[in-house]
Formats: sequence, structure tokens, C-alpha cells
Amino acid sequence: MSTMTMTAALNAALRDELSADESVVLIGEDIGTLGGVFRVTDALQADFGPQRVIDAPLAEAGIIGTAVGMAYRGLRPVCEIQFDGFVYPGFDQLVAQVAKLHYRTRGRVRMPLTVRIPYGGGIGAVEHHSESPEAYFAHTAGLRVVTAASPQEAYQTLRAAIASDDPVIFFEPKGKYWTKGEVDRAATADLTTAATVLKGTDATLVAYGPMVATALDAAIAASDEGISLEVIDLRSISPIDRHTVASSVRRTGRLIVTHEAAGTASVASEVITGVIEDCFEHLEAAPERVTGYDTPYPPAALEEVFLPDLDRILDAVDRTLGRRNSRSHAPTEVEVSA
Amino acid sequence: MSTTMSPPDPSLVEGLDEPLQALDPDGVRHEHELLDPHLTDVDETVLTDLFIDMSIVRRIDEEAVALQRQGELGLWPPLLGQEAAQIGMVRVLDDQDFLFTSYREHALAWCRGVRAEEMLSVWRGTTYSGWDPFERHMATPQIIIGAQTLHAAGYAMATRFAGGGEIAVACFGDGAMSQGDTNEAMVFAAAFGAPVLFFCQNNQYAISEPVSVQTPVPIALRPTGFGIPALRVDGNDVLAVRAATKIAAAHLRAGKGPMFIEAVTYRMGPHTTSDDPKRYRDEAEVEHWAGRCPLVRLGKHLEGIGAPMDSIRAEAKIRADEVARSLRAAITTMAPPPPQALFDHVYTTEDAGLQAQRRQWEQFEASLEPEAS
Ligand SMILES: Cc1ncc(C[n+]2csc(CCOP(=O)(O)OP(=O)(O)O)c2C)c(N)n1
Ligand SMILES: [Mg+2]
Repeated sequence: MSTMTMTAALNAALRDELSADESVVLIGEDIGTLGGVFRVTDALQADFGPQRVIDAPLAEAGIIGTAVGMAYRGLRPVCEIQFDGFVYPGFDQLVAQVAKLHYRTRGRVRMPLTVRIPYGGGIGAVEHHSESPEAYFAHTAGLRVVTAASPQEAYQTLRAAIASDDPVIFFEPKGKYWTKGEVDRAATADLTTAATVLKGTDATLVAYGPMVATALDAAIAASDEGISLEVIDLRSISPIDRHTVASSVRRTGRLIVTHEAAGTASVASEVITGVIEDCFEHLEAAPERVTGYDTPYPPAALEEVFLPDLDRILDAVDRTLGRRNSRSHAPTEVEVSA
Repeated sequence: MSTTMSPPDPSLVEGLDEPLQALDPDGVRHEHELLDPHLTDVDETVLTDLFIDMSIVRRIDEEAVALQRQGELGLWPPLLGQEAAQIGMVRVLDDQDFLFTSYREHALAWCRGVRAEEMLSVWRGTTYSGWDPFERHMATPQIIIGAQTLHAAGYAMATRFAGGGEIAVACFGDGAMSQGDTNEAMVFAAAFGAPVLFFCQNNQYAISEPVSVQTPVPIALRPTGFGIPALRVDGNDVLAVRAATKIAAAHLRAGKGPMFIEAVTYRMGPHTTSDDPKRYRDEAEVEHWAGRCPLVRLGKHLEGIGAPMDSIRAEAKIRADEVARSLRAAITTMAPPPPQALFDHVYTTEDAGLQAQRRQWEQFEASLEPEAS
């Protein structure tokens, strides 16, 4: 166990995979000498050489497309996309090739690629540097889509992603890159199960990536008012661990889902639909989405308006519990049963 | 069966061995067969204006870097070292010619009359678009590498279809040469004979990656494979850039299709204010290029021809100080956008779903007000 930042944990995961498996190669813009714009690949090129840690020409379609060819040749490429908003030139290769090759070839060709994408906002950045495009990928059959909320999760999920024989889109919450946590390098994880990070009884609050910390803060604030929230860290965005979510909602009867991405056709939509299909009869209130609005990610001066925060989560909690909230015209205080 | 019209033509490119140059690094003017016919209008007044322009944009850059350091801007991508490339090009265009640039072309914006607050607002994070593209005939800076090259090609195609006389300019860096968009833009421009000038500032780096990561051959050789003639010029020589742009603009306006200019220059500063170039390049290289400073070069040349440098420098300083003051003043008066602006302009018409979200946001904000009991 040691304490490290999320970037250090990611660096450790890459280092351990490069050491453990000779077929692992890293490719991306500025990942060599510079160590990546976030230093996630710091010193890896010096230690593993320029053929295993590859500074790519500036072209995302090229990065993903050549990774496909490398995978054909038996390599296990880990691609770095510099920022969320720069993945789109590579989108065609991801959805039309990477996602489909195993299916197309009836299982003959595997695409054990990992695509690392720093995502999310709240860092005061310029356009294209704060987006949460996970739903585009979650909609694509054949891709696994995962994220992490802590250094420990980052470490173990990245290792599991690289080890997976399926292509994995690994979203890294860049706003949490510098938060520290204990990391156990012996711990392992799968790519499909959610984690219940806080037990509770009154409502289920589902979050992932950068929003898990906010969800936990909201749970603490709610407990001051006598409300007990169960917080689930989804970890896997595709597939969604419906079992963990539904089991929780069966007990709490209420559901709030939060993420930074806009709400329409989103991961929240999918989580809520799953609950309606799996345990509709246990729902005691309409599920709530607390997400970015249906606008493009705005300029930095407006990002606080866009991003869901603790107050908006608590407001939704109040709604599911029938308590007074921003949309109730007449105050109605409903008792929360323990 | 032959489907192509002509084999690749190496004579399509000039300056491969040595970038075309009119002024050497010591500011001495040398005769140049290709460039000289396009520099006949250059006299002391033209040179002085260029010197003042370059001094002002350097000062804009310095001031913006300082403002970023003081926390007034979120980020700034310095143009330091690229003044001659940008000024030399833009000053010979017509006002109607449309510019599609990346994020580092502050000099172009300034020459197009973009005001201080318009230039800084994007980097302060109050808006995504600091000015009206149609008013300035310049699209607001593009961050997605290479995307704007296709926009320029399409603009030029539409101009050609309409029989218009203006040209489109795509500005991009050495890194952008690797993007599919940039290469596709050359395909389209060549296929449709579109009057677009591809203007590549090869400043030797794409963030940390030296240009050798992008291409083993000189950049200017690449467009020739698309059938696009190219000029490779010393981008720190404002006269070479000026002449090359005149040659290209005449070619475009004569309906001869696209042209490409590679301006060989150097990014003297960091990639942006967030970057630490010491991690990937050594001082000796920076020193070498410092000796090729475009502003020093032009100053020496002016001195050499007996121009009154003291008064020119004084004039440049007064003008630059004035611009720097206006930048600083713009920051202090720049109001943040109202929060409701988040919901504006997503579509051209009102959207019921968004209106509902906006109302919910307003209700939510109101609910945060301390309760009047
Ligand atoms: C599609 C895309 N990928 C990656 C980036 C990140 N990025 C921003 S600037 C840059 C380097 C650009 O280099 P170059 O084209 O030479 O222009 P310069 O910055 O040197 O002016 C990179 C990789 C981006 N903005 N867009
Ligand atoms: Mg460059």
C-alpha cells in the first residue's frame, strides 16, 4: 500500500502492465519525452524504449487505426487520447472497426485495445477540454466503457482494461487526477461490477468517475438532515451492473442518477430504464437525473451552471422523498421513515 | 487505362534545399530571382509599418502571457517568434479574404481589427467566440487540429462556384500536417481548383513533438503530391513571407487553384502557458533560433538602409504600450456572461425541452436564495 495521486496510480498501472506483458505498447501524442500533458506516462519511454512507448504523429484516426493493425499482429495497444474533445477524429475507427472486428470475423480477430481518455470538466479549460462523451461509446456494442473515481480504482481498472481481450474505453476523470489515495498494487478488479461505496436506506444515488466524490459529499450533507443515501459507484458504464443498482433500489425505493454529461440519451437514461425494467414495483417515486444540461459544454465562466453539484443532487433527493424542493410550489414536508 | 492526368511534379515546389529568403538573419537584403519581383513596392514606409506591426503583436503576446500569470486568463498560446510569418502573410491580403486559423494567430486577428477584449475573452473563458467572423472575415480560432483547413477549402469552393474574387486562407501548424482533415482539405482544394492558400507555420514543434515525428520530408514537398504548388520560405523573414504570399495570392486569384506556403519558423515560447518546454528541448536550440529573431532582423535591415531607428522604435513603443494598456483595461471591464447564457444559441429556434431546463434552473437558483420568513 502506498499513497499516490491518480496520475501516479495510472502511471504505476501502465508500468506494471508494460513489465508484465511484452505485447503491451503505449501510443499517443506527447506521451514519450514529455510524459503526456498530464504526466501519466512520465518516464515510461525512457524505461521501456520508443517502440513500446510511442510518440504518435498528430492524428487520432491514425492512433486508433494503427492500433488495430498492431492488435492484428499480436500487440496489446494502449492508446492515449490527449483530451476528451479530441477523440472524434478517431471515432470512426473506434465504432466502425475496433468495436466490430470480433463480431465481423466471428470471433477470429480480437481487439484487446485500451483507449485512455481524460474526461470531464470543472477545470476552467478552453473548448474541447472538458467533455464527457461516454454515452457515444456506451451506445456502441462491442466496446467496454469504464471509468474510475479514486487512485485505487484507476490502478486496478486500468490493469484489468489492458488485460481484457475486448476493446475498452477507459475514461479518466481529469479533475481528480491530483487527488491522493491509498493504492494496493496487489488488488485486482473486474470490468463489470459496480461498487456500493456507502450503505443507506432512503434513496439510491448512482454516480461514476468525477461525480462519486460529489455524491459522497451529498450523502454526508443529507445525513445531517436525517436522510440516509446509498451511494453506488458504477465504475463500468457499459455494461451497467444492473444487479447492484436494482438490488439497492429494491431496498430504498428511490433512485437518483448523476453525471456530468448531458441528460438526454445518457448513461442516466439507461440506468433508470434498467431499474424500471428490473424492479418497477419497488419504486416509490419517479427516478431523478442530475446531469449536465442539454447544451454543449459551455465556456469556463459558465461551467458551474452546467455541472451538477451537491445542491442540485440534494434538491433531487428532496424531490424523490416528496420533501420541499425547487420545483414544489407549496411546501410539503413528508416524513422520512427510517 | 489511365485515370490520373499528370505525374507528380517536383518543380511544383520552391525552397526545398534552403527556405526562400530575402533578408538574412543580419538583416542584409540579398537579391532573389523569385521573390524580388514581388517586393518592388517595399520601401522605408512599408518596412516601418511591418516593424511596428510586429512590435505591437509581440507586445500583445507579452501582455497576454503576463495577464495569464496574474490569473486573469485561463490559458494563452504565445506567438513569440512567429511575428514575421503572420504579419508578412496577412498584410498583403485583401480585407475580404477569409481566414480560417488555429489558436496561435493573434497577429492576424489584430490586423483584422479585432479589439483587445475580443481577443482575450476566449482565453479568459467568458465565451467561445470573441468576435463576429463575418465582420472580421476571420473565423474564430480553431482548437481541433486541422479542422479549419477543410472549412477554408469549402469556403474557397463556394467562392469558385459563385465566381467571387476573394480567397480563403487556412492557417495551421506542422502538427496539423498529420491530420486526415488537412490532407483531405488538400484533396478537395485540388480536385475543385479552389482558391485556398494553405499556410503552414512550421514552428518545429507540436507541443513536445519535433516536426520529424510528423514527416521525414520537408512539409512543402507534401502538397505537391496532391498537385498543389508550394513555396518553402524563411518564416522569420517578413519580406520572404510577403513575397511568397503575393505570388500565391496572384496564383489563386488567377483561378489556378490552391497553393501552399510552408513558413519555416520557431516557437520561441512554450506551447501554451501550461507547457514546460524544458522537458523536451535544449537551450542551445532555443539560443540558435533566438539569433534568428524576426523582429531583430527587420530592425537591422531598417538600420542598414539608414532609417531613423530611434524614432521608429519610439513610435513602436508608444503604439505597443497603448495596445497593452487597452488589453489590461479590457480585462478589468470584462463582465462574465449571465448564467442563463448557458441555454442560448443551442438551436436557431426556441427548443421546448431546453426552455423547460432553463426554467428549472431558474427555479433552482431561486430556491437557493435565503428564505424570507
Ligand atoms: C484533434 C486534436 N488533437 C489533439 C489536440 C491537442 N493539441 C493541441 S495543440 C497540439 C499541437 C499542435 O501542433 P501544431 O499543429 O504544430 O501547431 P502549433 O501549436 O505548433 O502552433 C496538440 C496535439 C488538439 N487540439 N486537437
Ligand atoms: Mg507546430
